[in-house]
Amino acid sequence: MPIPHLELSQVTIDFPTPDDPFRALEEVSLSINKGEFVSLIGHSGCGKSTVLNIVAGLHEATSGGVLLDGREVNAPGPERAVVFQNHSLLPWLTAYDNVELAVKQVFRGSKSKRERHDWIRRNLRLVHMEHAMHKRPDELSGGMKQRVGIARALAMEPKVLLMDEPFGALDALTRAHMQDSLIEIQQRLNNTVIMITHDVDEAVLLSDRIVMMTNGPAARIGQILDIDLPKPRNRVALADNSQYNACRAEVLRFLYERQRQPQERAA
Amino acid sequence: MNTRVLVDGLGSSMRRWLPRRQRTKKINWNDQFRLFVQKLGIPLIAIGLFLGLWSAIAVQIETSLGTLPGPATVWQQSVGLYEEHVELREREAAFYERQQQRNAAILASDPDAEVSLYAYSGKASFFDQIVTSIITVATGFILASLIAIPVGIICGLSQTLYAAMNPLVQIFKPISPLAWLPIVTIIVSAVYISDDPLFDKSFVTSAITVMLCCMWPTIINTTVGVSSIDRDLLNVSRVLRLGWFTKVTKIVLPSAIPMMFAGLRVSLGIGWMVLIAAEMLAQNPGLGKFVWDEFQNGSSNSMARIMVAVIAIGLIGFLLDRFMLMLQRAVSWDRTATLR
Repeated sequence: MPIPHLELSQVTIDFPTPDDPFRALEEVSLSINKGEFVSLIGHSGCGKSTVLNIVAGLHEATSGGVLLDGREVNAPGPERAVVFQNHSLLPWLTAYDNVELAVKQVFRGSKSKRERHDWIRRNLRLVHMEHAMHKRPDELSGGMKQRVGIARALAMEPKVLLMDEPFGALDALTRAHMQDSLIEIQQRLNNTVIMITHDVDEAVLLSDRIVMMTNGPAARIGQILDIDLPKPRNRVALADNSQYNACRAEVLRFLYERQRQPQERAA
Repeated sequence: MNTRVLVDGLGSSMRRWLPRRQRTKKINWNDQFRLFVQKLGIPLIAIGLFLGLWSAIAVQIETSLGTLPGPATVWQQSVGLYEEHVELREREAAFYERQQQRNAAILASDPDAEVSLYAYSGKASFFDQIVTSIITVATGFILASLIAIPVGIICGLSQTLYAAMNPLVQIFKPISPLAWLPIVTIIVSAVYISDDPLFDKSFVTSAITVMLCCMWPTIINTTVGVSSIDRDLLNVSRVLRLGWFTKVTKIVLPSAIPMMFAGLRVSLGIGWMVLIAAEMLAQNPGLGKFVWDEFQNGSSNSMARIMVAVIAIGLIGFLLDRFMLMLQRAVSWDRTATLR
């Protein structure tokens, strides 16, 4: 049996609190293949971001662990690039300089200055931001900032791209636009992606698999749904597709019947 | 509503997004006049009222040195101080010219003779004293910043060092320059011994006192600025595995700059206040010494001359703050923030 590209095995994490430690995740296990697009979906506070942060190395699991290509993950690193929800660009640097910071750090020894410059431009072109590369984040719209954030992450040539609700802060039209861009990029580069989302349509449209998480505390994986729709996918064509709608319904049922919001259940 | 009002209403950050055609404003003379009155007229009226009140009250106060001088007398004295300055400069020039003529004459009779040029040691003019004060405060302030900024950065990055430094900072912060000065004077006299000193002891004492009093706001503000840096930006730095130095220069420092400069401005303001007191006691030949000397002198002009110095101190303090504001604007990346 081949070693999976990325493997989470029985990841459990406790956060210290003044009373008892708070168990955010319990025994989360998941194998992801190379080039696979996996979405994590669940209600707020169910520990989706914690899973992502553990894979990123920003949090350390209390027990269990993460293996990437057979090697244990225990610190953050550019081979697991993160696209943050609020773009997290350095506001005092231009789009170009933001990407350059990453490229300089990752390719210091392996690319010449010229090659780095071309690489930065290529990544900005990939997200259609070459025209605004000398603008600073406060001169860019929300969607444009997120594009630069994605370019920065892609420019690290990561083995896994981790996206924490990348389009959560955008309006619906911009979000659709960004999703299409992401489909295009994923088609071209075949990255392995883990994306957190709240948006059922987004999850079904983009993913190969949707991982649905139960409500916390001690959140687990509730269900995993394979999306067998052919790629590339077109949102308009899929609107009437019965398989697409079945997948959508499946996720909705999980979220709103099996895992209703805790406060709703209490009511 | 004309275009101008509309454009102004959007604020400067939005104006950038408008097409150029809409950005060029039509000059509305009515508005221009209103703006002129608001920006210049009202402050001028306020100053005029203050001067009026001053001269009205001044004539009623009799002191041991005569009537309290009003604005007119103070103005006369400031002109007087300027004339004195010009005269002292002429005297200095004449002194050097005489020396040179004498030396030339000696060399003409004996080409091998050794001639020397003596430095002029006449009285310092009011303007020389201003220059001395500015140099002294700048020295103290720069020394303080060189210590305070690194300390602030380190305290902002490390909880442990913050816990270690915080009580010390809080205790040293409220100490008056008048309390520091005797200690500094004694230490400088003991430690700064040299046959050919580069700086006067009074200068060193004053500058160090300024430094001791004005580094605390910068330390505190830099610490707060560094420790309140966006978590996500630090995560970016972790994901990129930036080295300590790159992290500090690329992420920590730029994000702390607004707070840091707020601290530096407060520091320089305190430094300037402290300097005058320090110079009085340390006898550094600056504005503080000028005030003290006039106070001891007690002539009929002294009160007015002290008031000239007081106004000069205020004006220079104001200009120093404007200078810092200019620097702050030059290094600030946040164009949307209003700096005032």
